[in-house]
Amino acid sequence: MEMIKIKNLIHEYIRRDEEENVVDIKRAVDDVNIEVKPGEFVAILGHNGSGKSTLAKHINAILYPSEGAVWVNGMDTSAEENLWKVRQSAGMVFQNPDNQIIGSVVEEDVGFGPENMGIPTEEIWERVEESLKSVGMWQYRKKSPNKLSGGQKQRVAIAGVVAMHPKCIILDEATAMLDPSGRKEVLRAVRALNQVEEVTIVHITHYMEEVIYADKVFVMDQGKVVMQGTPREIFSKVEELQKLRLAVPQVTQLAYELQKSGLPIKSGILTVEELVEELCKCG
Amino acid sequence: MAIIVDKLNYVYSDAGHQVQALQDISVVIPDGQFLGIIGHTGSGKSTFIQHLNGLLKASSGNIYYNGEDICHKDYDRKQLRSKVGLVFQYPEHQLFEADVFQDVCFGPKNLGLDRKQTELRAFTALRQVGVPEDLFYVSPFELSGGQKRRVAIAGVLAMEPEVLILDEPTAGLDPKGRDDLLDQLAKLHKERNMTIILVSHSMEDVANYAERILVMDKGKILFDQTPKEVFSHVKELEEIGLGAPQVTYVMQELKNKGFSVGTKMTTIEEAKVEILKVLKGR
Repeated sequence: MEMIKIKNLIHEYIRRDEEENVVDIKRAVDDVNIEVKPGEFVAILGHNGSGKSTLAKHINAILYPSEGAVWVNGMDTSAEENLWKVRQSAGMVFQNPDNQIIGSVVEEDVGFGPENMGIPTEEIWERVEESLKSVGMWQYRKKSPNKLSGGQKQRVAIAGVVAMHPKCIILDEATAMLDPSGRKEVLRAVRALNQVEEVTIVHITHYMEEVIYADKVFVMDQGKVVMQGTPREIFSKVEELQKLRLAVPQVTQLAYELQKSGLPIKSGILTVEELVEELCKCG
Repeated sequence: MAIIVDKLNYVYSDAGHQVQALQDISVVIPDGQFLGIIGHTGSGKSTFIQHLNGLLKASSGNIYYNGEDICHKDYDRKQLRSKVGLVFQYPEHQLFEADVFQDVCFGPKNLGLDRKQTELRAFTALRQVGVPEDLFYVSPFELSGGQKRRVAIAGVLAMEPEVLILDEPTAGLDPKGRDDLLDQLAKLHKERNMTIILVSHSMEDVANYAERILVMDKGKILFDQTPKEVFSHVKELEEIGLGAPQVTYVMQELKNKGFSVGTKMTTIEEAKVEILKVLKGR
């Protein structure tokens, strides 16, 4: 069974005037089909306004399909009785770390989710400990969240989601507001959860370098999935991506330019090491 | 004329502790420079730039703008804020008027300009940042993230500042939106000789656009050099949570493998030229 199955999903934002007459309909997600297997790490790319975030909000039942359907861990997200089970299966981490931390002490913040689920106190503390350890924030458990850096706050937010034992975590541009080291911290924590605990990850981002570790990449434009494949397949299509307002990592771009200038370099270079290796063959 | 910062210190107290956010910062920023500032979160970048337009007051030291001491009690700081425009992080959160055009008019109107001048400036500023005319009279809340960001920047440009300071203006923008915005800043810099101070987390962006880079760490300036010089200190930069553009790493790796390449390249174009020169010369 798929962890996430999205079938013919359409989402329309409908604006109405005071008399409830429809003034405007905007189709933000347009006939999307995506399947994510348990334990996969998938990335979603797309320019601002391409529908990525709207899509993400369907996976955790913040939005419901206008047409089509979404299943998380086999549960239909539009069925009201599934709401809490869906949200527990698929946890969401948002862009701004300051908007999603509520506790005045790190460990209390992380315990909030399991407490709300009615978990016995003793187990709550076990979960708080394991989830803070999984993101490398255990030593900060007694601190006030507002004393932490952006990357640390996002890791606390992730721990808060992890403590609810989700099968899947969706990061909706969760690294956008962080500095390079904060971004690395968060990505390292997420990859560890993916590899060690086999948590399914859906990572939405504008940073192309963060996508190279994904098993699969989906590229969105005007509400549709317009490209999908491995990072190498996606980043081989430099010109297509540019047309979609996207880019490739700088090293991929350099490799592409060198290839155009006549050097026999393979397409879809993802890392500095790969490019250097290819260049050594040329020399 | 220039901005002269002389032994700037800023200390604030936090829950009874004295925190030194800036320590002995001395720097001269000449007119028309494109300056990049990098440093990890908490290194003092934002605190520093808020001193430049008088939002924060130095604990000690002086800042001179065009020869006048902005810390002096008689200095007209309202005037300063129209000359030194500051675009905060996520400036679109500060849009509030009913339509885009009115929002951009707010600054010049507050400067006491008459209606005609105000509207002329708003019009010019919106054109400068590439907002199309059919968006002038829609609510800012109907715009995309990138469009809102431009409108917010236009609001500062409409004050016709001589210096434009931007705190991470490209955060959250898609790659095309990022490149468009930076190209527009480069254009303002070139055509109007505007001083641009760009605070950024992207090593690639400052390498591509800035002529000089300040690297901040723990409230101090660690390096004050050209991009090429700054990014030759990869090790030191990594120690403080920063790095170099990916192409700089490629050049260094090639050198380690025995290629006789230069290692100071910081842009794709420079790296490409150097690699082709060396490989084809063999």
